[in-house]
Amino acid sequence: MSFQVDEQGYYGNFGGAFIPEMLYPNVEELRSRYLDIIADPVFQAEYDALLKDFVGRPTPLFKAERLSAKYNAKIYLKREDLCHTGAHKVNNTVGQILVAKRLGKNKIVAETGAGQHGVATATVCALMGMECIVYMGAIDIERQAPNVARMRMLGAQVVAAKSGSQTLKDATNEAMRHWINHPVDTHYIIGSVVGPHPYPDMVARFQSIISAEIRTQLQEKEGRDYPDYVIACVGGGSNAAGAFYHFLDEPRTALIAAEAAGKGVNSGHSAATTFLGKSGVLHGSKSLLMQTEDGQVIEPYSISAGLDYPGIGPMHAHLFESGRGKFYGITDEEALVAAVECSQLEGIIPALETAHALAVFEKLQAKPNEIVVVNLSGRGDKDLATYQNRLKLND
Amino acid sequence: MTKMNRISALFAEATEPILNVYTTAGYPHFEDTMTVLTALQEGGVDIIEIGMPYSDPVADGETIQQSNQASLDQGMSVAHLLTQLKDLRQTITVPVLLMGYINPVLQYGVEAFCAKCAAIGIDGLILPDLPMAEYEREYKAIFEAHGLFNIFLITPQTTDERIRHIDSVSKGFIYMVSSASTTGAKTGISADQEVYFSRIASMNLKNPRLIGFGISDHESFVKASKNASGAIIGSAFVKLIGQATNLKAEIVDFVQSIKGKI
Repeated sequence: MSFQVDEQGYYGNFGGAFIPEMLYPNVEELRSRYLDIIADPVFQAEYDALLKDFVGRPTPLFKAERLSAKYNAKIYLKREDLCHTGAHKVNNTVGQILVAKRLGKNKIVAETGAGQHGVATATVCALMGMECIVYMGAIDIERQAPNVARMRMLGAQVVAAKSGSQTLKDATNEAMRHWINHPVDTHYIIGSVVGPHPYPDMVARFQSIISAEIRTQLQEKEGRDYPDYVIACVGGGSNAAGAFYHFLDEPRTALIAAEAAGKGVNSGHSAATTFLGKSGVLHGSKSLLMQTEDGQVIEPYSISAGLDYPGIGPMHAHLFESGRGKFYGITDEEALVAAVECSQLEGIIPALETAHALAVFEKLQAKPNEIVVVNLSGRGDKDLATYQNRLKLND
Repeated sequence: MTKMNRISALFAEATEPILNVYTTAGYPHFEDTMTVLTALQEGGVDIIEIGMPYSDPVADGETIQQSNQASLDQGMSVAHLLTQLKDLRQTITVPVLLMGYINPVLQYGVEAFCAKCAAIGIDGLILPDLPMAEYEREYKAIFEAHGLFNIFLITPQTTDERIRHIDSVSKGFIYMVSSASTTGAKTGISADQEVYFSRIASMNLKNPRLIGFGISDHESFVKASKNASGAIIGSAFVKLIGQATNLKAEIVDFVQSIKGKI
């Protein structure tokens, strides 16, 4: 079975390009050119140089000794939190801004949830001298204030999405509407492996550097180039796509995804799409989607703004449906406990999103010699206000 | 032999510019759907396009988004709408289109949805996020078996080659989006847009065209109709009914003023 996208833009039953005609010329231009652009050696050289000198890659693969001792396995943390801007998101924005330049675009629009993708987009726009507009849910603007300030400092315009649930889904709607209204000079940098084909595949390719490095680093440290488990959190799923990418066809590696179960999978306050969703179309692709019987999109909930999304990338829907990926629902509380544990055992404060992946150790029951790699997708600075509140750090 | 689709009959017989008005189902109030349709017909509308509300209408601007949400908040669904329309053809004789996003139709079931539409006398569908390639692969046969026309959009950025292809797949008419925008984002018709209208007019397509987006009054209706068979009004009408104090009378007046009859 293939886990790569097919000619029609599908992963199994999921994917495609369900877009209004107004977006067709832009998406079609991207579809017909992205593979050639990415394969061009000049592009590759420019991309690699920026990842090395601007982003700071390769990021370390850190053996977490105290977590390993506690869970009786060999636990490694892939330190995407050490990327410039503090999360994996920048791997994709560096790639897409270079694509945008080759498409002759000089303006960028993006959506953001936690603000990490917005910051990563504003960063590369500043670097390349492009105009940048970021749509962000009004609620997320409140709960991720530091990232809003960072985007503005970088010269981006941050626009509040006030429709619907006022979170990531609505920010994505607004970014798409902006693109419809500005089709000629603007490129839309989607931040996750969602959206119409070719976005899920393009974003997965730009994030695949994560698993490429894991292979090389494991070879050096463990004498083999695959782990027994790769664990990553999934909202739309870009860091998971990158961490899984080079292991998709490696049957010895189990692919583990952590979804946000909010206050509990069945509490009515959750974003655990594979548990609660069924096949549907949102933001240009067919995938698993939290929706009513009438096909209206259900507003999700998670403590983590980056996982607060009612869908999941089509690649992940296929991994779920085919059984290739195993999905866990992690509650807010479990994520908070894991965040404290990682902070106090390893000296690394993780992002709330990442904390969902770290909470999987408790459930995994790995054997002592098994190698577990967790994608530490982002650092926790942006979540300090939430940590302060929920963990009563100021009392 | 089934009788001619009402849309084809209308375009074959029309002597004046055709006016298509979009209204959101269950708006301003849940039970208003049939009242609005009846008033539109009484005012002299030529085609009615009923919007099936959706939580995430990405091709629509604020006015239509808000009407969609207001309707959903009152409990509207595809199933409820089809129930409201069950006796449609006892009063409404003009062609009726259902417009909406693909996901609610998928959840209802494409086959069941089309069968129901045919049974109540719907003439065609506008599903902006159903792409042509998907339509041809999975939906065309079902739509055609139920005598439903699928109306495609073209924009100023659509290439001539793609317009030719859309023309070959289309039945009824082609929906010409007047500018690169979401609904209700711009008003009036610029000189650039008139160039685009006449460029398409000179392509001699087999299907007639209606122009939508940015049409809001008699003047823009007349301008658009110079290079097409007529035009479509959406946001301006939804705005009107959202504020109307005498729904029926104001709708009749609106339609007549657009057509220049008052």
